[in-house]
Amino acid sequence: MSELIYEKKGVIVHIKGPVVIAEGMRGARIREVVYVGDERLIGEIVRIEGDKAIIQVYEPTGGVKSGEPVERTGEPLSAELGPGLLGQVLDGLGRPLEVIAEEAGGPFITRGIKALTLPRDKKWHFTPLKRVGDEVVSGDVLGTVPEGSIIHKIMLPPTIEKAKILEIVPEGDYTIEEPIAIVEHIGGKEEIRMYHKWPVRTPRPFKEKLAPVELLVTGQRVIDTFFPIVKGGTSAVPGGFGTGKTVTLHQISKWADADVVVYVGCGERGNEMTDLLHTFPKLVDPKSGRPLLERSVLIANTSNMPVPAREASIFMGITYAEYYRDMGLHVVLTADSTSRWAEALRELSSRLEEIPSERGYPAYLPDYIASFYERAGRIKVSGDRDELGSVAVIGAVSPSGGDLNEPVTQHTMRYVGAFWALDKDLAFKRHFPSINWLRSFSKYTSGLKNWWIDNTGHDMMAYRDKAMDLLQRASSLEEVARVVGEAALSDENRLVLLSAELIKEGFLVQNAYHEVDTYCSPKKQALLLKTLLEFYDRTRPMIDAGVPISRIAEMRSLGALRRLKFIPEEEFEDAVKEALAQLESEISSLLAEVR
Amino acid sequence: MSIHGLIYKGIDQVKGPLVIMRGVPGAAYEEVVRIYSEDGREWFGQVLEAGRDKIVIQVLGDTEGLDSNVMVRFTGTTLKIPVSDEMLGRVFNGAGEPIDGGPKIRADDIRDINGAPINPAKRDYPDEFIETGLSAIDGMLSLVRGQKLPIFSEAGLPHNEVAAQVARQAVVPGKAERFSIVFAAIGLKYDDVLYFRRQFEEFGALSRSILFLNLANDPVIERITTPRVALTAAEYLAFDLGMDVLVIITDMTNYCEALRELSSAREEVPSRKGYPGYMYSDLASIYERAGRIIGRPGSITFMPILTMPGGDLTHPIPDLTGYITEGQIFLDLDLHNRGIYPPINVLPSLSRLMKDGIGPGKTREDHKEVSDQLYAAYSQGTKARELVQIVGEAGLSPREKLYLEFARRFEREFVAQGFRERRSIEETLEIAWDILSILPEAELTRISEKTISKYHPKRRAAARVE
Repeated sequence: MSELIYEKKGVIVHIKGPVVIAEGMRGARIREVVYVGDERLIGEIVRIEGDKAIIQVYEPTGGVKSGEPVERTGEPLSAELGPGLLGQVLDGLGRPLEVIAEEAGGPFITRGIKALTLPRDKKWHFTPLKRVGDEVVSGDVLGTVPEGSIIHKIMLPPTIEKAKILEIVPEGDYTIEEPIAIVEHIGGKEEIRMYHKWPVRTPRPFKEKLAPVELLVTGQRVIDTFFPIVKGGTSAVPGGFGTGKTVTLHQISKWADADVVVYVGCGERGNEMTDLLHTFPKLVDPKSGRPLLERSVLIANTSNMPVPAREASIFMGITYAEYYRDMGLHVVLTADSTSRWAEALRELSSRLEEIPSERGYPAYLPDYIASFYERAGRIKVSGDRDELGSVAVIGAVSPSGGDLNEPVTQHTMRYVGAFWALDKDLAFKRHFPSINWLRSFSKYTSGLKNWWIDNTGHDMMAYRDKAMDLLQRASSLEEVARVVGEAALSDENRLVLLSAELIKEGFLVQNAYHEVDTYCSPKKQALLLKTLLEFYDRTRPMIDAGVPISRIAEMRSLGALRRLKFIPEEEFEDAVKEALAQLESEISSLLAEVR
Repeated sequence: MSIHGLIYKGIDQVKGPLVIMRGVPGAAYEEVVRIYSEDGREWFGQVLEAGRDKIVIQVLGDTEGLDSNVMVRFTGTTLKIPVSDEMLGRVFNGAGEPIDGGPKIRADDIRDINGAPINPAKRDYPDEFIETGLSAIDGMLSLVRGQKLPIFSEAGLPHNEVAAQVARQAVVPGKAERFSIVFAAIGLKYDDVLYFRRQFEEFGALSRSILFLNLANDPVIERITTPRVALTAAEYLAFDLGMDVLVIITDMTNYCEALRELSSAREEVPSRKGYPGYMYSDLASIYERAGRIIGRPGSITFMPILTMPGGDLTHPIPDLTGYITEGQIFLDLDLHNRGIYPPINVLPSLSRLMKDGIGPGKTREDHKEVSDQLYAAYSQGTKARELVQIVGEAGLSPREKLYLEFARRFEREFVAQGFRERRSIEETLEIAWDILSILPEAELTRISEKTISKYHPKRRAAARVE
């Protein structure tokens, strides 16, 4: 018996950069993956016109000729999901960079390399949790394997709604290609392996989306205290070059209290990825005591790698993040930079001769940005279990000319819960992180009041408001001082400036490369801010008593307060007491002088 | 079917630098073609669009004299150049052909001028300090081996001098070998080229240099190939022959103008200020060729020069460059007018790789803190200077006056130095401490107590007295 099948092979009729047109493609589907030309370059069908398919190719097309074949795979662009993802360094198509290097036989990336994401020969220790005869639904955990710092749950894939287990292997070591169970469902019998494939552009299913309420601790004071992000929340980091976007994302990837971190380097510098590759194996995750790399998936599609793969890399990354979320884990995805991703979209759109909208970007840009950020969230996982998982998404934005009114920044702002506007002037002063406290926002602050009280014993959000008030007042005073000079301000106002300066230097400025200062626990943050705020409260009466501001500014304890942040956690409380005692004694002697 | 070697007679259309042919199936994308006219003239071109029914060829060089009767030969290959160590000491044009009257290069290998992206997993992280002998760079914007650090300049500023001084003085401490220099001129005036040539000659670097020249009156289209050809040669020297190569390319602004011109001839949708939307990726394919590779001794350190149109840092050329390179050295018209050489304004300047290239064992343990403090203090000083414009010096507080003086000394003593003056990193840091010591210790918030007690001149003086 034979059935009519469509042509599996077409012929190239036109090549223009990464866009190739092929004929004889009847039956092909949009977003189907194809192999292009004699070198079998990876491509994806983006448009169909009659029997012609328009293909975006993920590799350079130099030397490809019309008349060469195009081979269909019948599958959309998919991610391989299973044990072995953690610790990997992949390109935008999910190919491990180490394997690419082996296949290419050198340090340069050549074309047409096929490499599977997950190692096929590695054995994983599988412990079954279900028995023969059990009824299972999609998302149910069939068994577990230890992977890096987590317990990797092998779940019934979302493609099987309901099934009965006919066979399941005993505890032991298996590769991901060996079936670990046979199940029976409506469609018949099916072998289950420890991995499955999932189309990257389709969000993975879950039971219910919940409001995010738990602080995602990043250890970065200006973020956690002033513009926090929550587990399952979203945030954007816009900033011109040199304002510290990448360092901010690196810091979050290193210190965030997440179970899994997915870092997508999308169209950025090669050496920045190398930096991560060098530091991640050396840094230790404080929670598990294991190298940070073991909880991370790194995706590197640097600026000189093919542009279309940038577009894929973001979706590849979020699919990995959702997969670990489905195990009931907290995941953070950082993407550097979503602007390069949007530019890839623009380039493709222009090659397809679509009508451009703002600044040459296609009209569907906002939908694309939304489709990415909307995959973040805190959810109830699928299957018969009461677990919560979350994906927080943090995207860098690289506005051209540092102008926050450009389309990518503007559309991103509408979809994120926190917005950390990086400021060139602060960066020039080496005030890092250069998050501008007047232009940034976080919609999560009000929901976190209780979190801070429960976890640190401090009403941190009240401190925050007080500090914000000081900073705001200082900012308008600075405007005035710019015209009349600081000396012309009243002592009272100059004390506000001095106290705000103390909060900036002593709290907001945080040195990512300082052994101690690089991470600040919520407890330390709370006590530090409380202490710094006391400076204003205690010195304010001195002005009324007639102590000149210049004498207050010269107090030695001010230096001690400024440097408190550098004191390690263990010695911190004592140091705070000491600094306050020093402050108190200096205040008394100054007061005694004027009396 | 390949049409390698076939010759076609007649073309259908010439439009600016683009030639359109119909009915030539089998041309490869980016294939190089040679075009001959009946009177014996020859052009060089590349396939931009390869269709079964229509192909578009971009002609390199001047299209004057092209007619519809020319013959087109397809070579079956993309743009490649021969590479060899014989290139050292020689001068080439933007297409990689010798123009110094010397013999052709005997090729050790033939390389595609577009290169291939370095696998990020095979990059070696640049962390070796290069001492340039310029305090502003070494102290505040340290350059490391394998970094790409551009000079952002303006017309009329001494960027050529700064680049030449770096080329002359740069050494990796502890390494005997000097840098080889690959120099590419894009759309430059001949006297600028002569300047560099004389400089290289003067400090005896000509024999370890390769020059690629595309002058102001050379074909615009070759400006697109010049940096790629130069970097292909640099990659060969660095990653095949193990040399430390310093690549100086000037002026990238002319490159971007050529890119815009070409894009407009291709009738592409423009992005900001008429530059093509893919300019970021295009520049990245050039800049990202700098670096180091695991297991190979050589390196490419890349110092492109660009002139910011109107001195505008947000113009697409410096803007996109800054997003790709690992920092920038910013030359400032105001400093130049006040007679400060090198006129490096450190505030908008940056070296992203500095943090790993300095510190104990590399430069000195206090380097990072000192440079952070200099930044913060100089920034205060410039703020005070702005204030003087409005309220006059008398309106400043004593603290502001102190910072004003600090800024003045920082510019005059730290930044400013002679064109032939080479300062060691120790000398640079000593000058830094000297000017920092005019501030009260409580102001030195970016420096730890430990470092202050060890390096502060007053503390050291006190220690000597004891």
